[in-house]
Amino acid sequence: MYSQKVMDHFMNPRNVGKIDLASGVGEVGNPVCGDIMHIEIKVNDEDIIEDIKFNTFGCAAAIATSSMVTEMVKGKTLEEAERITNRAVAEALDGLPEVKMHCSNLAADALHEAIKDYMAKRETASA
Amino acid sequence: MTRPIYMDHSATTPVDPEVFNEMIPYFTDRFGNASSIHLYGQDARRAIDKARAQVAHLINAAPQEIIFTSGGTEADNQAIVSYMLANQNKGNHLITSAIEHHAVLETCEHLAKQGFELTVLPVTPEGMVEADVLQKALKPASRLVSIMHANNEVGTIQDIKELASISHAAGAVFHTDAVQSMGKLPIDVKAMGIDMLSASSHKIYGPKGVGCLFIRKGIRLPSLLHGGGQERKLRAGTENVPAIVGFGKACELAEQHMAERAEKLEKLAHRLREGILTTIPNTRLTGHPSQRLPGSVSVCFQFVEGESILLMLDSFGIMASSGSACTSGSLDPSHVLLALGLPHEIAHGSLRLTLGKDNTAEDVDKVLEVLPGIIATLRKMSPLCN
Repeated sequence: MYSQKVMDHFMNPRNVGKIDLASGVGEVGNPVCGDIMHIEIKVNDEDIIEDIKFNTFGCAAAIATSSMVTEMVKGKTLEEAERITNRAVAEALDGLPEVKMHCSNLAADALHEAIKDYMAKRETASA
Repeated sequence: MTRPIYMDHSATTPVDPEVFNEMIPYFTDRFGNASSIHLYGQDARRAIDKARAQVAHLINAAPQEIIFTSGGTEADNQAIVSYMLANQNKGNHLITSAIEHHAVLETCEHLAKQGFELTVLPVTPEGMVEADVLQKALKPASRLVSIMHANNEVGTIQDIKELASISHAAGAVFHTDAVQSMGKLPIDVKAMGIDMLSASSHKIYGPKGVGCLFIRKGIRLPSLLHGGGQERKLRAGTENVPAIVGFGKACELAEQHMAERAEKLEKLAHRLREGILTTIPNTRLTGHPSQRLPGSVSVCFQFVEGESILLMLDSFGIMASSGSACTSGSLDPSHVLLALGLPHEIAHGSLRLTLGKDNTAEDVDKVLEVLPGIIATLRKMSPLCN
């Protein structure tokens, strides 16, 4: 049902946890649907995502996509991170079952929310 | 890898070697078509007759009251669709419960789409259909009440005798889906007042692809399938002789071992339930505390999702099931758990462990050894927990 990569990221998820004094926090999904993805990022002065952590409630696809997105953006600029799509995350995992593409493939959305949160905070700080 | 541990017996069971041995000759040497008048045909006919008697004996029915089907789903379809179609001039109302297997629920809903009137009864948080709830739903147009004996997800056992008697008093016939209970719980169709009963072979160590429908003498029920005159014109299609032979043997063995298996399974299930509750916080049992299928353990773990639990258990060689959305193949968790009033977020964390005759205390202990760690790992990852 799942690719080896999905199973690897599900059984050995990367970057689980929280960040002290995170620059941005993003969360998508809700418990009623059975998926919540929470992502925290730490952004340095050069707009590079220095650190990223996640917490996810959901199925193996939800956990694996969360883990994968953290690997994909760590060390990347905000601009690069913004260009990552849910589809790209699924492709990096060698694909997901069709039924999972809609409900459990939201990790990039959570990342984008975290970036948005960081931008809003930066705006407020500089205002 | 260590020996796999199978705890998904409500999904299916392995064929008992004794059953399999009984079936083997009917694939090769004794391959006759039971409708043929020659030697081989009559040999197959006798084999089917024997099986029919074995099945009938298990539920105190007469052999002529049993027809063989391709399984529980077909039996449910025939009981509900054929009965309603044959009796629609006398009334078009049918009643079922919210926790039925899809084979019943979807069939009833199909009829509702064709213009029949359907009432789906709610259940208590323990999964019981209450007598007065059924009583209130019955009316002169009610022709059929279909309520399952034991639930496949949470194991709750209904008071069939009472529900059947209330149905009869209102002039309706009573059908029960006994796929999970036949061969595991004592069933006496006469004493319980059952008019029609569906059952399946592969839940009781028989082969897949065969089941039966009990039709009480006096109930007129046309065939669902059109074709040959097999099964006294009640089920067209060449009989699946080896499977029927296996089903018969499985029923005989189930009857022989019912009491001892039930006692063993309940002991193991008790150990498993207690172990889970004492080692894993924020956990609740679902279903009825006492009126439940032997060996059925159903629990919900807060803050985690069922499919994740299943895959992690599978990595330890432990096979179970869940009613979470991801495993139900839809966006919603199981209709049974929702009908018990469980909120979506709790139902997503469901786990069903159904024990079988070959499970041991060591199997239970192995589950108890790894499950707390799995739940803890997933909770550590869950934003609902942090």
